[in-house]
Amino acid sequence: MIKVEHLTKEYVLRHQAQGYTALRDVITEKAKGIFGNKPKNTETFKALSDVNFEIKQGERVGIIGRNGAGKSTLLKVLSRIVSPTQGRITLDGRVSSLLEVGTGFHPELSGRENIFLNGAILGMSKHEIKNRFDEIVEFSEVEKFLDTPVKRYSSGMYVRLAFAVAAHLEPEILIVDEVLAVGDAQFQKKCIGKMKDVSGSGRTVLFVSHNMGAINSLCDRGILLNRGSVDFDGTAQGAVERYLIRMNQQEGSDELAMRTDRTGNGRFRFTSVSMKDQQNKHLEEVFSGGYLKLEFGFEAVEDLDLSKMIFSVVFNDDFQNPAMAFVSDEMNSDFSALKRGGTLVLEIPELLLRGNNYSLSLFASYADTSADAVCDSISNASSVNVLPSDFYLSGKTTRTGYYGISKATYSA
Amino acid sequence: MAQRTIITPENNDANYWRDLWNYRGLFYFLAWRDILVRYKQTFIGVAWSVLRPALTIAVFWFVGWMFNIPDEGVPRILLVTAATLPWQFFSAAFSESANSLISNSNLLTKVYFPRMIVPASTIIVCLIDFAITFGILVLVMIALQFSPGWQIALLPLFLLLAIVTAMGSGLLIAALNVKYRDFRYLIPFIVQFGLYISPVAFSSNSIYNSEKLPEWIKFVYSLNPMVGVIDGFRWCITGGQIVLNERAFFISVVISILLLITGIKVFRNTEKTFADII
Repeated sequence: MIKVEHLTKEYVLRHQAQGYTALRDVITEKAKGIFGNKPKNTETFKALSDVNFEIKQGERVGIIGRNGAGKSTLLKVLSRIVSPTQGRITLDGRVSSLLEVGTGFHPELSGRENIFLNGAILGMSKHEIKNRFDEIVEFSEVEKFLDTPVKRYSSGMYVRLAFAVAAHLEPEILIVDEVLAVGDAQFQKKCIGKMKDVSGSGRTVLFVSHNMGAINSLCDRGILLNRGSVDFDGTAQGAVERYLIRMNQQEGSDELAMRTDRTGNGRFRFTSVSMKDQQNKHLEEVFSGGYLKLEFGFEAVEDLDLSKMIFSVVFNDDFQNPAMAFVSDEMNSDFSALKRGGTLVLEIPELLLRGNNYSLSLFASYADTSADAVCDSISNASSVNVLPSDFYLSGKTTRTGYYGISKATYSA
Repeated sequence: MAQRTIITPENNDANYWRDLWNYRGLFYFLAWRDILVRYKQTFIGVAWSVLRPALTIAVFWFVGWMFNIPDEGVPRILLVTAATLPWQFFSAAFSESANSLISNSNLLTKVYFPRMIVPASTIIVCLIDFAITFGILVLVMIALQFSPGWQIALLPLFLLLAIVTAMGSGLLIAALNVKYRDFRYLIPFIVQFGLYISPVAFSSNSIYNSEKLPEWIKFVYSLNPMVGVIDGFRWCITGGQIVLNERAFFISVVISILLLITGIKVFRNTEKTFADII
């Protein structure tokens, strides 16, 4: 059982150039204080404010929210890595937290040695690690390289080994942060499968992810955090829906313009995304086979000849594999000659995708698609929630999935 | 099985010491890691651990011979080895433990465990070097055909005193080092300065018996906890031939214990903020 009461975590933000406090600065500040002019260059920031919830044994809870909503802080407080500013948490049972894959892995040590080290760091006893050693090795698929220092491992092998150790923990409460965002699709599926096994055996699981599909399939309860407080607490499905609505509400704002996790030379930048219907009304969801108009705000550093630009809008599945792409240079595009800013419109009369939640990645380059020509490339720019519909007018709604759909008939 | 953990903003001492015991496996593994890593990808490996103290002993022996530093009738090489043994242990244990939190910051921000495990485990690694230097001492004794007296049996007690001193100062500086990074520059200074004011190249009795020095200087000198440790080692190893100044030794012991208590207190008080500020 986990009981969280009035949990608040504050951080003091120091507005100073240096990343750390030097004793020298403290002394000078104290000295200034004596002479009356107290320097007011600190500010407190509430990463979590008055969070309350209770989780029963065996519940699988997904914690979702935008970046900076307080998810990671919550997990860190629950894992006792940082201490709360106010409030009280009661945890019944042994807690293991997995906030990073391969914490404490030492590059000079062999795979075998790191299994023991990492296991101990995650709270396993030597006896437990020995008992599960073979299982861990088998799961990680790195048998052949067990005695090679992990610094010679490929990143995939490294992650597999690290997850394998973590997956064989047997605590009563398991706290997991976004670890499934690593490895190839096949290994991710294996991980999700393993997580299901773990939670199926009556253990309490707290799981933070941006992967809504994983939350939906793994969790039976969802908690949505927004700016440090609980915004929604209910079914996983409900939390995911609410989250998507929240995400869409924020569109049209300059959210996208502020994103820094993008690449490209910046000559052209996407600044916003919004979804519209035929009447130019904001859409939150679109039906399978339905009409969708995507509008992208953009800005350029100079007047750009848009007809030389190549744009690509890609619908991705949960694992960031493309399900559908619209590339401007192979389509009929109508661009006015020179523009420094404005709106790029992609009109899709029939969105031939099955019901699911897709993430959009955007790409813009000038003249060709070589690395130097890329102006802006951004993944997870937005999400599009496609709802299953009676696409074939057969009276039945189509199944969900991450693949296409098309008008067709069967006969015999 | 159902262990209950309560997290509040205040310290919870009862849980802490229980956790420290529960996490003893990690303590062992961290020490094991440091030992393994130390000798991977090194050219002469373990030989470093022999070469370093051997060269130090050789230099001090030479300097002592050169400047005719009083040897109180004991073979000089024995005198120097007996002092190098605890001094090397202390300087390594102190600087490694004082830096340990910073060098393990990735662990501190990702997993929970009683943080005291980190500096404590580095001291274990230094004990291995101590054992190697001790081997050198045994060789020296065999070469000199020097047989120690019953006093050698008390050596573990003096080693414990050296551990208490290193642990106390290590914990104190480790905690402060997380908060104020300028302590990083202080650590090598303390080690270097400590070597000058500790009786490694000379003997304490030449200070205590000096007629030139005023009493208060002798008192200040004995406040250095390493004075007590080194004098104790010399007394044990030479079978009492080097006289132990009991009053000064007692002062050093008290200082060592106070240092450990202060170290633990400061460490415990700042520990919960480590992950926030590291």
